[in-house]
Amino acid sequence: MKLRVYRFNPDTDQRPRLQDFEVTAIPGMMLREALIEIKKQDEGFTFRHSCGEGVCGSDGVNVNGRNKLACITPLAELKEPVVVRPLPGRPVIRDLVVDLSQFYEQYRQVKPYLVREDPLPEAEVRQSPAERDRLDGLYECILCACCSTACPSFWWNPDKFHGPAALLQAWRFLADSRDQATEARLDALEGPYKLFRCHTIMNCVEVCPKGLNPTRAIGKIKDLMLEKGV
Amino acid sequence: MPIPTRHFDALILGAGGAGLNAALRLAGADVRVAVVSKVFPTRSHTVAAQGGVNAALSNVLPDNWHWHMFDTVKGSDYLGDQDVIEYMCREAIPTVYELEHAGVPFSRLDNGRIYQRPFGGQSQNFGGEQAARTCAAADRTGHAILHTLYQQNLRARSHFFDEYFAVDLLRDDEGYVLGALVLEIETGEPLIIAAKTTLIATGGHGQVFRTTTNAFINTGDGMAMALRVGVPLMDMEFYQFHPTGVAGKGMLITEGARGEGGFLVNGEGERFMERYAPHALDLAGRDVVSRAIATEVREGRGCGDAGDHVLLKLDHLGRDVVARRLPGISDICRTFLGIDPAVEPIPILPTAHYAMGGIPTDRFARVVVPARHGPEEVVPGLYAAGECACVSVHGANRLGGNSLLDILVFGRAAGQDILRYLQDNPNHRTMTDAAVAPAMARLERWERSGEGESVHAIKAELRKLMEDHCGVFRTEAVMAEGVERLKALRGRVDSVRLADHSRTFNTARIEALELDNLVDVGMATLLAAHYRQESRGAHSRIDYPERNDQAWLRHSLYFRDGDRMDSKPVRTKPLTVDSFPPKERVY
Repeated sequence: MKLRVYRFNPDTDQRPRLQDFEVTAIPGMMLREALIEIKKQDEGFTFRHSCGEGVCGSDGVNVNGRNKLACITPLAELKEPVVVRPLPGRPVIRDLVVDLSQFYEQYRQVKPYLVREDPLPEAEVRQSPAERDRLDGLYECILCACCSTACPSFWWNPDKFHGPAALLQAWRFLADSRDQATEARLDALEGPYKLFRCHTIMNCVEVCPKGLNPTRAIGKIKDLMLEKGV
Repeated sequence: MPIPTRHFDALILGAGGAGLNAALRLAGADVRVAVVSKVFPTRSHTVAAQGGVNAALSNVLPDNWHWHMFDTVKGSDYLGDQDVIEYMCREAIPTVYELEHAGVPFSRLDNGRIYQRPFGGQSQNFGGEQAARTCAAADRTGHAILHTLYQQNLRARSHFFDEYFAVDLLRDDEGYVLGALVLEIETGEPLIIAAKTTLIATGGHGQVFRTTTNAFINTGDGMAMALRVGVPLMDMEFYQFHPTGVAGKGMLITEGARGEGGFLVNGEGERFMERYAPHALDLAGRDVVSRAIATEVREGRGCGDAGDHVLLKLDHLGRDVVARRLPGISDICRTFLGIDPAVEPIPILPTAHYAMGGIPTDRFARVVVPARHGPEEVVPGLYAAGECACVSVHGANRLGGNSLLDILVFGRAAGQDILRYLQDNPNHRTMTDAAVAPAMARLERWERSGEGESVHAIKAELRKLMEDHCGVFRTEAVMAEGVERLKALRGRVDSVRLADHSRTFNTARIEALELDNLVDVGMATLLAAHYRQESRGAHSRIDYPERNDQAWLRHSLYFRDGDRMDSKPVRTKPLTVDSFPPKERVY
């Protein structure tokens, strides 16, 4: 199977290029395994990966124009030549490795942690199964950055718009019955950019490898803002 | 050019559950703490833990910490140290509540309490009915815990060195650990992190085996670093093969699948665990279930055309239970097998999963080594916690749900003791060139150019060798041959060359440094297995089928210098309760 991969090593290259590799595809093979095969052929080829089962979020890449996790993308589903590029819109460090510091900074901006003002009980803070169900589809995010780097609003304003991944986490804590920082969280999202640059293009929903829906979460934040504003 | 140096009170190597829980204690106490991780923290392998964390909360069935302690001692095949087991089982309860308060999205019961499921080796009342002790966030408990701990560390403003690779510990003439030499992966530049205390929390080394549930990053880095500064590794022969890895691929299928009511069948459609563990059935200890599966396959009762696996049946549980309690493994089955586990059984096989052994530590997570005054003298300023450590709470076999517990309890214990140590040792010790030189030499060795073998070829050979010579069943002849082959392989590492010497994000260089670690830790594992002439827990010798408490109720120790083996006694005395004397272990 033919793969066409993005190559750029700042130590040696003036500009990026695409390089073709031939990999013997075996049944059930995932894209990550093909990338590992390429690295055997050329040890300079560089990409991030770790768990191999879609939970660590290391190996987000752009495959035939779409952001995916390499480890859970079957080769058999891909059209040849398989064009593999780094996640779009972020500075390339080397080959498929991009600089995600802005992405992580946006995550930090939404204060992604539970805030509890009341004295803590001796045992657990009670939460009903229905309240807990509201966190499904939110807490599973693996921070792979497939969504935010597929979002045109994030491409244009990565320093101002939080992007879908961070906003999904903003809603994850707003939706948590145990959290007691609703007002502060909503206040922090006000203004034309942080939240409201989302134009419901929904690329995030389309590419999320975990099947999560940041657009819906963003909509819920907006609803809550309206509700609190009344 | 001198190597730049940064100064911190505490250095933590590794950002999984153990490292992050320690960091949280320290940052919360205004200690300057540096967390070094070769991957962004939420990519650490804690993220892949599925089933849950044990604590005797009694939310579903009656329970108490003392029963948990009994099960853990029995599960360890009596090799676990009973003082630390008592400590861990007592601490489990406040630890889980603390996690919940920090935001972990545990699944819930109708009364709002944390959901708990039955797991293997759990009993009520010291060996009675099945208990339900494993606190779960669906089957993504590790993910939920790791992300929560990272989030709380952001709140506490811990200082992270993301994508920095620790090359080696720095140790002075008097034996004090002064910090570590690390490599910034993005720039390829070395950096000295000078610290008054250092915690090794680098996780396991499943990558020494060809088929493993472990991630690519699990290369035993911290264990090998300890070996290279003269610290032995303890009980390395006890490597857990998880009963239910996806056959031929290795992805983990949580024990929670059996906890929710799933069971195993062989090629004849027989529920074979009835023969091996009439009482506990599929929820016997992991060593017992793995041996049962391996035996069925060896004796020709496997499933499939090649008869090389057995099946895990979940189809009788109903769609709702599978979707609600086991969504993660449903994803894995769909993605890697193209099946829906609510409809079709899962082909499984025991798969290399977890190191019971590691860097010897005490209850305070301090590294302890044999020295002048006995077998357990503290190495000043050095700590270890999590899978890389051996405290030892798991002994010869770890119970499911006790690994998340171990990393959390002893990560926190490390944090607390580091605070104590810093009060008594407020100053940095002098960093010397002599302390840095060996670490720099290891780094610079990979600058050599020219023709040579490749890292991936040696690594592939190592992983096959360990699988062939150090698997579920072991014999003298097979292991002795393995030791000879591994020594020869180790000799060839010196002739390995990198083709790529560029600085920027050179993962080939990282993989070469990891190869050194894998070889050292593989040697420790194989030599320890060869050393122990009995069967206990996960260590099954066909030539020594019985447990031998007279000779071997002892912890093994492997020293890298001269490939030397030694042993030390098991701490059989708990902190406050009576000890559990060794008994025959039946489930």
